[in-house]
Amino acid sequence: MAKIKKKIKTIKVDADKCNGCRACEIVCSGYHSTPKYSSINPARSRIHVISHRMKNIWLPVFAGEYAPAECMGRDKYVIDGKEYDECSFCRASCPSRDFFKEPDSGLPLKCDMCESDPPLSTPMCVQKCLNNVLTYEEREEEVEEEEVKVEDVETGLGSMIPARQTWTSDCIIGVYSLT
Amino acid sequence: MRYAETGYNLEIDLATGNIERVETDPRLMELHLGGLGTNVKMHWDRVPPETKAFDPENLLIFSTGLLNGTPAYSANRTLVTFISPQSHLLAYPMMGGFWSAELKYAGYDKVIFRNKSPKLVYIWINNDKVEIRDATHLKGKGALETQDLIREELKEPRAQVAAIGLAGENRVFTASIEQGRSSASRLGGGAVMGDKNIKAVAVRGTKDVYLARGAEFMQLMEEVTEYINFRNTNPIPDVMTILSGIGSPQEMKHTDEKWHTENFMWGNARTRRRDFWNKKNEENWTSTQLESITRLISCFNCPQQCGALVSPEGVSRYMMKCFGKLTYSMAAYVDDLGFNFRILQRATEYGVDSFSTPQILAFAVELYEAGILTDKDFEGCPPDKEGRFFWLLDRVARREGIGDILADGVYYAARKIGKGAEKFDHNTIKKHEQLPLKLGMLDPIYFLMYSTNEKISITQIEGNFPQSAFPTREQREAFVKDWIQVPDERFKQYILDWEPRGDHAIPYFPTPEMCSEIVDWMEMLHNIDDALGLCAGMSSFCLKPPYHIHNYPKLISAATGMDIDEAGLKKIVNRSRNLHRAFNNERGLRRADEKPPEDHWKRRFPELEEKLLSTYYKFKGWNLDGVPTRERLMELDLGYVAEDLEKRGILEVGKN
Ligand code: SF4
Ligand code: SF4
Ligand code: SF4
Repeated sequence: MAKIKKKIKTIKVDADKCNGCRACEIVCSGYHSTPKYSSINPARSRIHVISHRMKNIWLPVFAGEYAPAECMGRDKYVIDGKEYDECSFCRASCPSRDFFKEPDSGLPLKCDMCESDPPLSTPMCVQKCLNNVLTYEEREEEVEEEEVKVEDVETGLGSMIPARQTWTSDCIIGVYSLT
Repeated sequence: MRYAETGYNLEIDLATGNIERVETDPRLMELHLGGLGTNVKMHWDRVPPETKAFDPENLLIFSTGLLNGTPAYSANRTLVTFISPQSHLLAYPMMGGFWSAELKYAGYDKVIFRNKSPKLVYIWINNDKVEIRDATHLKGKGALETQDLIREELKEPRAQVAAIGLAGENRVFTASIEQGRSSASRLGGGAVMGDKNIKAVAVRGTKDVYLARGAEFMQLMEEVTEYINFRNTNPIPDVMTILSGIGSPQEMKHTDEKWHTENFMWGNARTRRRDFWNKKNEENWTSTQLESITRLISCFNCPQQCGALVSPEGVSRYMMKCFGKLTYSMAAYVDDLGFNFRILQRATEYGVDSFSTPQILAFAVELYEAGILTDKDFEGCPPDKEGRFFWLLDRVARREGIGDILADGVYYAARKIGKGAEKFDHNTIKKHEQLPLKLGMLDPIYFLMYSTNEKISITQIEGNFPQSAFPTREQREAFVKDWIQVPDERFKQYILDWEPRGDHAIPYFPTPEMCSEIVDWMEMLHNIDDALGLCAGMSSFCLKPPYHIHNYPKLISAATGMDIDEAGLKKIVNRSRNLHRAFNNERGLRRADEKPPEDHWKRRFPELEEKLLSTYYKFKGWNLDGVPTRERLMELDLGYVAEDLEKRGILEVGKN
């Protein structure tokens, strides 16, 4: 099978620096409205800052793939001695809850890395986060021709070590591949 | 289609439980913008001068500002207005945080409460669904604790909740309304909320806020963003650290408190401790702060980090901001900052203002030491400074024993206690506790700000003009060089000519005419912020801020589609400002009330002070009693106000 070069776009999240301002949600919703910036509504954003203030959780999460059904085995997180709900930090737009769905139609939302023509220098949420929580990275990778979309996601946050995801020390990494 | 604003208010009658979604008149935005402007108009229309704070007719209005919910950085103020139990005037404390944006997204500009609920309730606003829910199980719960309990009960972690604690329930005059890391604290909003039997207001919204010319708005915000980045990397030289940056005072970030601890007064605004910041105290304060702070946090859509989640030893976590970091330690003469971090946790859960409350406690301690309050009043009180403050705080929040009297604030408590206690009330203006500052030479600019503003709290009047003259010509030239925020070039000349000593120094320079212009500028900008819901820390409260009179009209035009220039914007806020003044005039406010405490400055100049006041009144278009003239009111399309003032005999017909 032939190998092709593909751009891997990554937004690295340094959650420890997040001050919880939600500027990322605001700009994402505005950028994706038609015409651009005609309306603002964080509920339409493809990034969501999960916050449990008294538990010191401020965690920007990007909308991932649509899950047609609730998943089976779910995770329990213990952070800072407190236990969290099974779905607390999940990125999927899924029937079990109203996260990452258009508020009126219920259609799933997914981060598209602000894909546009001509392309942006960096995605909007990265531009508007003045605290450098979000860092945009691009790299090229050789992949099999058939593999058009890679749905791999790595996410991470310090003390959270659930079984089925890869967690790095103090940041969350979302790896998105777009052809 | 309505832009920037939603065009709807929620009207809630607590007595009947009736809830209405009311469309507003689009012309109100053209006349008063929103936020404070439209609130003042509503109080003028609906609350007669006879109404007292705890009358059912007193309206309690939670308002967004015009730019809340838009991408304008730092537009997040929730404004709360009501007749204050302390001043009997129209009060308008504000809070940052996340509540007002959420209300906009739920589809409302304001929530207007009238009458009283027969039992303790909380309000749940979830887009179009609005409920009044039983809150008897939350009675006595902490103001912070309540917020999470409600989120859990509603199973909605994204709900934003503004709540009162025990102090509000007990109608303590300094009770605050707490919300996340923020609070609307001054002048007793929590007491009015408690009087209406509202424990909390929770809100969640998932609707759109529309921008008339969104792309243009974002373009303008690019410039603002660039300036924010510039200011965050280029602090202003030659001024105190706390004044050098932007945002509300960065009290959580900065540990250097030499200025506050040595220049502000300790105790009941009593003692200056010029040698406090020694090595030992500096080490204690720095390590206490650094060890307690878990994370620096912001308000909605703001890149600054004025607040913090704190986890001090021995008490549960809470959120802190601003000057509250040190007010209790200083009022109690406790050198250990850890004490402040501990007691502020309890004070936040009780929900009390951390400017006024420590002064009330210090006032009580002074009265006890002077023998005016006795052992009987202090029965059960521990003898040590820290224990005494905790004990007094409990009494005040619970309105027990002497606490019941103190809970009305220094002014009323002094008069109720009598026996010479009035003399110890030396730091209130219009019955409201002020920052603990006592200085040497009369400052004419501050004299006017303290005396005349409806806010009655200096931190929300001052800001754009430097607090004192720069010592050298070079420093002055450097300061004015890139001073783009000035409404007029002549302000630069005032700075260049202003000297720390000699003929061109305070109290005679700036001249009364110049002072009038300077104060009017600062006040105007605060009034714009308060109508837009912008944090004063990014505009009116700091030197060289990102928002100012030159970019505001463009931002407002792009957001609302209502084309407005600088003159037009000034006229709108002047209109609201004069309406506010007339409203308070009808409630009795006159020239005689407009004076800072006698000992605020050691060196006073009675003649000059009278001249300052008269010059300023004239500049504002007010008569010598501080009432707007008919002529002024007509210019501002406020003929109906002139008529009412005349009808009530406050303005004489045919005479200004
Ligand atoms: S990358 Fe673009 S689409 Fe994705 S969350 Fe950020 S702003 Fe939204
Ligand atoms: S903009 Fe940055 S700091 Fe603000 S919430 Fe988003 S990730 Fe956190
Ligand atoms: S500057 Fe500070 S107080 Fe003001 S909005 Fe930003 S974080 Fe809040």
